[in-house]
Amino acid sequence: MTKHRSQAELVRQSLKKRYRKEKRFRAYGMLAIAIALAALLTLFSDIVGKGYSGFMKTSLNLEVSLDPQVMYLDDATDKKQLRMADFVEPLVQALMKEIPGATEADRDAVRRLINPYASTDLQEALTANPQWLGTTREMSFLAHTDVDVYVKHAGDKAYSIKLSPQQREWVDQLQAKGVVDVSFNDVFFKGGDSRDPSRAGIWGAVVGSLLTMFVTLVLSFPIGVAAAIYLEEFAPQNKLTDFIEVNINNLAAVPSIIFGLLGLAVFINLFGMPRSVPVVGGLVLTLMTLPTIIISSRAAIKSVPPSIREAAAGIGASKMQVVLHHVLPLALPGMLTGSIIGMAQALGETAPLLLIGMVAFIVDVPDGFFDSATVLPVQVFLWAGSPELAFIERASAAIMVLLSFLIGMNALAIWLRKRLERRW
Amino acid sequence: MKLRTQALAIAMTAVTGLTMATAASARDTISIVGSSTVYPFATVVAERFGTKTDFNTPKLESTGSGGGMKLFCQGIGTQHPDITNASRRMKASEFELCQSNGVTDITEFRIGSDGIVIASSKDAENLDITLEQLFLALGAEVPVDGKWVANPHKNWSDVDASLPNKPIRVMGPPPTSGTRDSFNELALGAGCKKLPELQGVDKATYKAEFRAKCESVREDGAFIEAGENDNLIVQKLIGDTGLYGVFGYSFLEENADRLQAATLNGKIPTAEGIAADEYPVARSLFFYVKKAHVGVVPGIQEYVSEFTSNAALGQNGYLKDVGLIVPPREQLAELMDKAENLPNLTLDELKKK
Repeated sequence: MTKHRSQAELVRQSLKKRYRKEKRFRAYGMLAIAIALAALLTLFSDIVGKGYSGFMKTSLNLEVSLDPQVMYLDDATDKKQLRMADFVEPLVQALMKEIPGATEADRDAVRRLINPYASTDLQEALTANPQWLGTTREMSFLAHTDVDVYVKHAGDKAYSIKLSPQQREWVDQLQAKGVVDVSFNDVFFKGGDSRDPSRAGIWGAVVGSLLTMFVTLVLSFPIGVAAAIYLEEFAPQNKLTDFIEVNINNLAAVPSIIFGLLGLAVFINLFGMPRSVPVVGGLVLTLMTLPTIIISSRAAIKSVPPSIREAAAGIGASKMQVVLHHVLPLALPGMLTGSIIGMAQALGETAPLLLIGMVAFIVDVPDGFFDSATVLPVQVFLWAGSPELAFIERASAAIMVLLSFLIGMNALAIWLRKRLERRW
Repeated sequence: MKLRTQALAIAMTAVTGLTMATAASARDTISIVGSSTVYPFATVVAERFGTKTDFNTPKLESTGSGGGMKLFCQGIGTQHPDITNASRRMKASEFELCQSNGVTDITEFRIGSDGIVIASSKDAENLDITLEQLFLALGAEVPVDGKWVANPHKNWSDVDASLPNKPIRVMGPPPTSGTRDSFNELALGAGCKKLPELQGVDKATYKAEFRAKCESVREDGAFIEAGENDNLIVQKLIGDTGLYGVFGYSFLEENADRLQAATLNGKIPTAEGIAADEYPVARSLFFYVKKAHVGVVPGIQEYVSEFTSNAALGQNGYLKDVGLIVPPREQLAELMDKAENLPNLTLDELKKK
């Protein structure tokens, strides 16, 4: 037997083993992906399972008789009279009419089926339409949170039902009659925060997030891109630029709460800017996203082939023209992708905002950069810590909204890349 | 090119504009900071106040009692908060900090009480325990045969034969929480003082020698720190019948049909028992108003009147519905007087206790 033969023999013999090895390796890879997918699926199904009911509200459809005598109100345009008027009584009377079994003694129990803020809604409706006084109108009001929980989660072990057996019976009757009605929760998308879960909404937080993100984008994108261009195209290669580069890379790894501390010390204590406002939030998040944007922008500039620069320089373009006319447009898709991912990170951030006072209970929807505001992830955090169980489903619903924002932003980044990217 | 320069110019103006605008303008929203225990109650008042009146809804930050005091005492001016909530009384040192920063006129309001409960799932074996036994179960070091040693008790029944023969496992808030401070002081500290080893020890010696020992919780895994989220503790308790949890009374009330509360010194926590100071682990809740801001930031006095009104703090008030243990009627009348006159808090008052 020659040496060659034996080697071929050896290879043939080990072939099976090598194939097996490869198979095993593939199986491990698939297993890893399966585990990751299972984790993701569990997370999503838990959030969706807990949160989908947050998109529904329970309301009471009542025929309310706006009797001036019952409400102690003769003139619905008189501010003083409006303040003294009774807006609860007509609601209780209307609901009493729908429950034939209820007696005078049950009044309090009946009243507790109506949302405590329903009277405010009635007052607002009447102030807007003073001519309604004296008429009977079909109107819809929010039910009490306890009713909401009972209607949605009766028999669910994760929830405590706080209605008495008598009240439960009434609610069952009312639901059969169509007085108690579950419908799409528009309040959740229109309102600001509230301590009453049925009235709580995310609009205030969404607006706060948008204002904060706007400040972050306006500041961090131009600064980040300019810094990247300078460092990549103009800066001399020496120890100082190396030092700066190392520091930028380090900054990207600094825990976000450190930026919050910095924001507190510099923007609030030194510059005397107010607490809890989107401007300060945006500034802090700018500091946080800047390194990400600079690093990704530099990578994008680096990936532009030198031949482009040389060709431009060859036909007489100045350095500035080379960069602005040729390098920047070609690097822009990569820069945009990096920025969008950085912004998505900033959108999900709570820790640095804690220190500058944006983790706060704010009811009014902010209408400016200097108005107190909070952001979506903070809203989730605040609701998840509330004792009221009905906030759990709202928190999960808010997570879904936040996730859809993030998925939207990432999808935009992918789309931009696919559309604008050029390959050489 | 020209367009680009213009865009750049606009961006630069935006940058400078934003950073320069140091909003020294007057604030028209009340700013409240402080205790996370008072937060759920104060937010309800703030929201009612916002819907009822023409004033803006106050802004509330939950910073913890100590953090709130620090912000509150930082000075006068609209960049500082107007009101701070606290789940304990202002300390003399904090009062002095306030004074040195020009915050001289402060009014104190005691708005009710909160109890700390030890609860377990309804399916678990309920505890009936004295504070002394509780200290022996949870203290970091306990006296055994006259010597202080690291806590040797593994099961509840090692402490006393009447207790369940199950491992000691208690879940509670982290040291940053006011609830934990109160639990250490009012439950463990009080239990420790009852030990035969500490009889005849006067206050000064206690403070110097025993306080650190008496008010620290064991760290060998029997006491599990759960973070500030009390809902998490509630969820764990429901899934695990061998576990006990420490949290505020409002969380017990909210989960009344799933949890049961342990009997401490023969008392079960009830709203009446806590208000009357019969339940041993109860504390008072406060808020403090900066008088220099009354009239500068609109609505402060009106907010205080709303908080102290019968509709809020009365026996049928809305704060009772969210789990606050409201003060008795006589005290409410006093609070209303205070809301009208805003008397100054003095150092003597704080020291008197």
